[in-house]
Amino acid sequence: MTTGSNRWRRFADWDERPLRLDNFAVEDAANGFAAFSSPQDPKPAIGLAEGRIVMMDGVAEADFDMIDLFIARYHLDPAITEEAMAIPAEDLAAMLVDPKVPRTELVRLAHGLTPARLAEVVAQLSALEIAFSYAKMRARKTPGNQGHVTNAKDDPLQLAADAATAVALGFDEIETTMRVSRNAWSNALACCVGAAVGRWGTLFQCSSEEAEELKIGMAGFTSYAETVSVYGTEKAFVDGDDTPWSKAFLAAAYASRGIKMRCTSGAGAELLMGFHEAKSLLYLETRCLCLQRAMGVQGTQNGGIDGAPLTASIPGGMRELMAENLIAVWLDLECASGNDARPTESEIRVGAKIIPYMLAGSDLICSGMGSILKYDNSFNPSLLNGEEIEDYLVLQRDFETDGALTPLDETKVLDLRRRALGALSAVFEELDLGRPTAAMKESVALASGSAETESYTAGQVAEISEAIERRGITVVDVIQALAKRGFREEAEHLLNLVRLRVSGDYLQTSALVRDGKILSAVNDPNDYQGPGSGYRMSEARRQEVNAIREVLDRETVLRDAARFKKDEAARIRYREMGEATAGSEPLEVIIGLSPAFGSHLFRSLAGHSLADVLAALKSGIEAGGGKARILRFRHTADTSFLGLSAASLAGSGVGIGIQAKGTAVIHRKGRLPHNNLELFSNAPITSLDHYRRFGENAAAYAKGTAPEPVVVPTHGMALGARHHARVALIYAIETEMSQEGAAPLEIEATWLEQRAP
Amino acid sequence: MTDKKPGIADYPLAERRPDLVESAKGQPLEALTLEALEQQQIGMEDLRITPEALRQQAAIARDAGRATLAQNFERAAELVPVPQDLVMDIYELLRPGRAKNKAELLAMAERLREEHGAEVMAGFLEEAAEVYEARGLFTYRF
Repeated sequence: MTTGSNRWRRFADWDERPLRLDNFAVEDAANGFAAFSSPQDPKPAIGLAEGRIVMMDGVAEADFDMIDLFIARYHLDPAITEEAMAIPAEDLAAMLVDPKVPRTELVRLAHGLTPARLAEVVAQLSALEIAFSYAKMRARKTPGNQGHVTNAKDDPLQLAADAATAVALGFDEIETTMRVSRNAWSNALACCVGAAVGRWGTLFQCSSEEAEELKIGMAGFTSYAETVSVYGTEKAFVDGDDTPWSKAFLAAAYASRGIKMRCTSGAGAELLMGFHEAKSLLYLETRCLCLQRAMGVQGTQNGGIDGAPLTASIPGGMRELMAENLIAVWLDLECASGNDARPTESEIRVGAKIIPYMLAGSDLICSGMGSILKYDNSFNPSLLNGEEIEDYLVLQRDFETDGALTPLDETKVLDLRRRALGALSAVFEELDLGRPTAAMKESVALASGSAETESYTAGQVAEISEAIERRGITVVDVIQALAKRGFREEAEHLLNLVRLRVSGDYLQTSALVRDGKILSAVNDPNDYQGPGSGYRMSEARRQEVNAIREVLDRETVLRDAARFKKDEAARIRYREMGEATAGSEPLEVIIGLSPAFGSHLFRSLAGHSLADVLAALKSGIEAGGGKARILRFRHTADTSFLGLSAASLAGSGVGIGIQAKGTAVIHRKGRLPHNNLELFSNAPITSLDHYRRFGENAAAYAKGTAPEPVVVPTHGMALGARHHARVALIYAIETEMSQEGAAPLEIEATWLEQRAP
Repeated sequence: MTDKKPGIADYPLAERRPDLVESAKGQPLEALTLEALEQQQIGMEDLRITPEALRQQAAIARDAGRATLAQNFERAAELVPVPQDLVMDIYELLRPGRAKNKAELLAMAERLREEHGAEVMAGFLEEAAEVYEARGLFTYRF
């Protein structure tokens, strides 16, 4: 990009933003690039004969493709469909956003709505209405979340430690996958051991080839599956090497093994695969969702999976991802609502994407979030990853909304990581799968990501994985090994998880485990009916969410101040010389100190010793030919009034007011309080040199000249965000010390050691 | 065991109606302990779901207004005793182009019905056979 040309250089600035790395595509329905509607989308319609669906969305029964046929036969309820299809789309749209229309009624009607009608209705809602309706329509009342646990080396030690970490963060489900597909068994064993540390109930899946994934589930290592993909066109389905019948069979097979399962679909899949039939993303995804309900799966993963980056390149794409999630929950499916594949390099687009879901809640807000660093995410980076988890925790606190995660305690999480490493090593040793050294374990315990570990390589893991599979090792062997080696708690936890299969309670819609109890759409149904209803954080949960790291309180600020007291006492001594009087020397400039300056507070916000700040002001005044006098004001802590009071007593009529945090003003007698000569309002970035030049200027004003004002460049920092909590606490200390009407005191300041000015 | 079908009020069965839950070998949930596992009194086979449990969950799903989920659980109940290898074979056969003709799927349906009493699932395979033929799926794929 040339910058010397005839071009507003702001565009050059914008070129450098991460946003410009994103692809954007023009709306082009004929080529499948249309989010909400396309001329090729069918018009909603239904035909019944003798209680059978003989026409759906304009297609006659004889012309049904596999997807039409499966939906007509298993999704549409002939007893409801005429009633439901008779309701105008705009009425259904209004019902979705009306808190007084119960979710159950809308779910009942959905059993009679065709894909084209469902899509048409949701397309009428704005993004805000979709988010609101989602909060009302999602199946389980309590929100949950899912995390990815993977690493670039398939290192089982790191998987175990990171699984324990993800569990501590509060993820209800964790999902792993591999860099090398034959490492599936090792990944599964390592994660299931790690996820048993700390608490029990986190469901776990190992995303791999369909047949192998079921085998791993049979061996008891995993408790759910979600990579059963379906597609919205017949050609894409067949290209994906399946049919509605093969996938429905697989759904039954998982249930028959007592394993929770959901399907995967999402806008953009058919477009990526080249079989989009020029239909809109939303219409095709609605077919997928109707198909999933027809198959009898309890839930779906959609709204931002592999097709999300492509969808986000199209106008309305982000809104479409929200719309398809809404259709999923309207169809009464558990919704693991995407927020998965990272659809942008822009942190602003990332934040904007996640917020509606944090506010509305979701069965699984992400499906999932990277609990690990971006480069360790073997699914490809998620919308949010290990780097950004604290941002997410703070958003929960900001909006008082439950994103289902909980802040980590540094000491506790390290203990959990070491415990997980110990547990996995014990299992490896007992089952003769490996003997991790102390050095390997410790490198993993402390590592933020796999680039920092000295542990197994992907090739070594392949041998471990093949041994697990070949020898038919099951979760029972793992539980026995844990118990034998003293990891009884973890053994119990793992057994509890496997025992869930016997009753199958967790196969019901939206099931997860909280505090050892099953929570699902059956016993925790979303009952939102307006303000005060639906999910609300308990006070205890609110306190958990609030407990992020490094929060300031008054005690912390006072303790910080006390730390500098001794140091400051070695630098300067202030002597009070009685009540101050007005000066008469024409070049006298008064420095007016605030009540706590050097008496209770000792550092400016920029971290300068207040003795040094005062010395800089004094030397500046003297260098400028003025004469400095120091007073302590006790009646105010306000900068303007400190400055004006100082000016009023100064022989020159010019004074400097300064607060303990370092905010300073030059004032002249007779001016209005807030109409000062110069102001340093950004104390955190004010240097000693700035203060010295400030003193010089004060002297110049005293002499009647007009100096160039001292400007402290801000560089655009969010200084309020960085400092205002501390500022408010510090300033409260100053205001508390202020006494109405107290007279100013003459101060004799003596700088000690070599620190004299 | 009672004949009355469980409903929403009985859910979760393991917490509210443990009397309705037992393992494949007739053990109650409370017998499935770590101690029992350590002493090898129980194993992987005791930690499997049973056809009965799936039918109970189907009844609960139906009570909660989820008829299609109930149907899936009922198909699953029939698959519980079907050996893993056969389950994988059937899945493979249902994928596009694996069966070369309708008869292969119909034969598998008959086997499910005869050997495993899987009436519903057999019907499901027969339905697939009809549809695959109509949609031309018995074709060369690889």
